Amino acid sequence: MTVPSVLDLEHVSFSYPGASSAILEDVSLSVQPGEFLGIVGPNGGGKTTLLKLILGLLEPSSGRVRVNGRNPALARRQIGYVPQTATFLRDFPICVQEAVLLGRLGRTRLLGGYTAHDRRIAQQAMEKTEMLTLRRQPLGNLSGGQLQRALIARALASEPEVLILDEPTANIDLRGERDIFDLLKALQAEQTIIVVSHDIAFISKYVTRVACLNRTLICHSTEAATSAVIEQLYGKSVHVIRHAH
Amino acid sequence: MSDFLQALPNHTFLQNALLAGILASIGCGMMGTYVVVKRIGFLAGGIAHAVLGGMGIAYYFGRSPVGGALGAALLAALIIGWVNLRGQEHEDTLIAALWSLGMAIGILFISQTPGYNVDLMSYLFGNILMVPRADLFLMSGVDAVIVLSVLLFRKQFVAVAFDEEFAEVRGVSVTFFYLLLLCLVALTVVLLIQVVGLILVIALLTLPAAIAAQYVRSVGRMMWVAMGLGAMFTTMGLAFSYEPNLPAGPSIILLAGATYLLSTLVTAIRRR
Repeated sequence: MTVPSVLDLEHVSFSYPGASSAILEDVSLSVQPGEFLGIVGPNGGGKTTLLKLILGLLEPSSGRVRVNGRNPALARRQIGYVPQTATFLRDFPICVQEAVLLGRLGRTRLLGGYTAHDRRIAQQAMEKTEMLTLRRQPLGNLSGGQLQRALIARALASEPEVLILDEPTANIDLRGERDIFDLLKALQAEQTIIVVSHDIAFISKYVTRVACLNRTLICHSTEAATSAVIEQLYGKSVHVIRHAH
Repeated sequence: MSDFLQALPNHTFLQNALLAGILASIGCGMMGTYVVVKRIGFLAGGIAHAVLGGMGIAYYFGRSPVGGALGAALLAALIIGWVNLRGQEHEDTLIAALWSLGMAIGILFISQTPGYNVDLMSYLFGNILMVPRADLFLMSGVDAVIVLSVLLFRKQFVAVAFDEEFAEVRGVSVTFFYLLLLCLVALTVVLLIQVVGLILVIALLTLPAAIAAQYVRSVGRMMWVAMGLGAMFTTMGLAFSYEPNLPAGPSIILLAGATYLLSTLVTAIRRR
């Protein structure tokens, strides 16, 4: 491995203050440039916590997280982050273009408004996600799939080295889900992508590698998930793979 | 109304009152917009009432009540903001505590002030007709601070109001900008107390922006519309209350509240 990793987790453990047991235990993971990594696992398995550690929003109880070899709190401007859609108010008065421009924060000047350069980058991000025609629409008017595209455009406007998505298709129908993953597949040529999902069957068709997380990193395989692995991850009683949690 | 227009050129106190209303509407339009989109109206109400503590103390020591109001407003904003960011205490309980604590302190100090001739009613309900010229300069200064801050940090303010987590990930110091935002809200509250008094402040702070939100869909445009509405409410309220000799503050709020209710009704019908 001569290529430097985009992301390195070394024996990372984390427990929330006051919690009796750890939510993550001894997780080691390394992501190379150009990878499309899927992190799957049951709800409550620590997926979102892992993302927050990578983003530097939480500090590991033990172990070390490195983004491009640096502390995440310093390096997180190089991450394009697509949160679960529930983190903001849907009726906030903001249009697609303005929301996408927020991705320029950390890349643009501190004072005053956005520059012409910022607007160009935002425009390119909206082109890639096919949101350009909807750029004047209020965010609250968008469908689930359109909103997700707007949030991906916002993350792309950060000119990230790695794109991280938390359950990007949680509120979208099956067709919208396929569209989003086709888009991500196209974006993979330009950047490393990490996507968190509870839907192992679906994402294994798209990703280059799957990491299965349930408190510890159970598997770490380059092949598509086998039924043995799924059993280990979700328990033996699981027969139907989709939405088994 | 015509009496007001005739009296306006001849009476300095009316001109001052008019100017005070316009100055207040600048801060009210800008910060009221953030208060509405961030949904911190109750928090602003807490700051407004806690201000009486500072006014009472300043009055007791023979200082300018406005200075005391500024100090108390900023202190209340920082306490509420800091506790809110740490997320360890119930925010609404804390706001309620500061709300009543501030008022209790204020009343106690005013009651112990020798002479006790202060018009408590003018603190509570405002007295725009008595705004001294010095306060107009202070109001202009407060407006300048608000306008400058918004011009410089409008990207960060929108980011923090819209999506705190994303702002943090983009390297925006959410703590700093949230506290700055609350301090500016505190300044605005003191600005508006000059016009409508501390009890009615929340209405003037939130109603123009809330009406604006029913018609425009961006933070910037909300600010312009809210500023215009604020100026209209203060001017019209002043004009309508002049001839029948009604108190100006409640007249302004009555106008703003009635417009808001009417607008809400119209919006509801339009969306059906």
